[in-house]
Amino acid sequence: MAAPMKPGSITPRTLILRLLLLSAVIAAVAFASAQATAKPADDVPSASQIQPGDLVQAMKATGAQKPVVLYVGPKAFFLQAHIPGAENIGPVAKPEGMEKLRARAASLPKDGSVVIYCGCCPWDHCPNIRPAFAELKKAGFAKVRVLYLATSFGADWADKGLPVAKGE
Amino acid sequence: MRRVMILFAFAVMALGVYLGICQHRRQHPAISNTATASPATSTSGLATAPDLSMTDLNGGALQTSSYKGRVVLVNFWAAWCVPCAEEVPQFIALQKKYQDQGFQVIGISVEDDAGELRDFYRKYRMNYPVVPGDLKISDAFGGVLGLPTTFVIGRDSLIHGKHSGATDFSVIEQEVVALLHAPQS
Repeated sequence: MAAPMKPGSITPRTLILRLLLLSAVIAAVAFASAQATAKPADDVPSASQIQPGDLVQAMKATGAQKPVVLYVGPKAFFLQAHIPGAENIGPVAKPEGMEKLRARAASLPKDGSVVIYCGCCPWDHCPNIRPAFAELKKAGFAKVRVLYLATSFGADWADKGLPVAKGE
Repeated sequence: MRRVMILFAFAVMALGVYLGICQHRRQHPAISNTATASPATSTSGLATAPDLSMTDLNGGALQTSSYKGRVVLVNFWAAWCVPCAEEVPQFIALQKKYQDQGFQVIGISVEDDAGELRDFYRKYRMNYPVVPGDLKISDAFGGVLGLPTTFVIGRDSLIHGKHSGATDFSVIEQEVVALLHAPQS
């Protein structure tokens, strides 16, 4: 015969229910936290992002189909390695970089394909790609895309064996 | 019925753990251990840390060979780089915690305005030398194409770790501790 329950003691059923409740709370907190730290509502919509492999393919096009590739990050990285054919604009987070971007954009056809990239820092923290994208959209470029580099140009392009050029 | 509830509870717990892991991976997307160019490698296959003569932020000479026999962490960073700036207080703490055991942090700043860099250095009370970087230094480390990038060098002067992007700091600390306690050949 089972011993009578002491007042205030927890039955196995109550224990399981509490465990269940605790687990659900842990799961909910983990899920909410994961959502909060996920890529923020991006101001570069996914339709305006291009993956490294797709850009390599796009660069094989000729004539007007071939995108103009503009690098908008620090020169120190460009000199070490950059996408062959890319133009060095400089960091547009700085006023002189933004001016250079505006000047270059003024000489490009608005209906042409333009790809901007940086890769100086992880995507979520890059200080250059968002202002560059916003500027080109404001200037009326319909086919502007941003190269998606999750970690950096090194990790997501050069280390993957994709083509690079050095120097100016 | 009780068994079903227990199983369900464990399933929910497992889901929580899984989501936690997903979150962690999202925060720390990549740890790359490859370099774009290869510094000299040892018989162990690890690259040898370059021997460099540099000038620190305050104009002092910094010779990496003077740290031979220590565990050295070389952090390429910039004051304008948000995840880099977030790491600095942790490197300061690491330097303080392990310096007596033969540990040294060296910061290599990339494209920082000299004035802003000095302000940052003072504001954060950085307790390790910072060198304004250049192409020669980046090339010597096999190319540094993104920030933050951190190299962990053992007492044997070999590069035991390269971390690209914002990295889980506990991983770096574990590496440092393991190298501090590694038997010396």
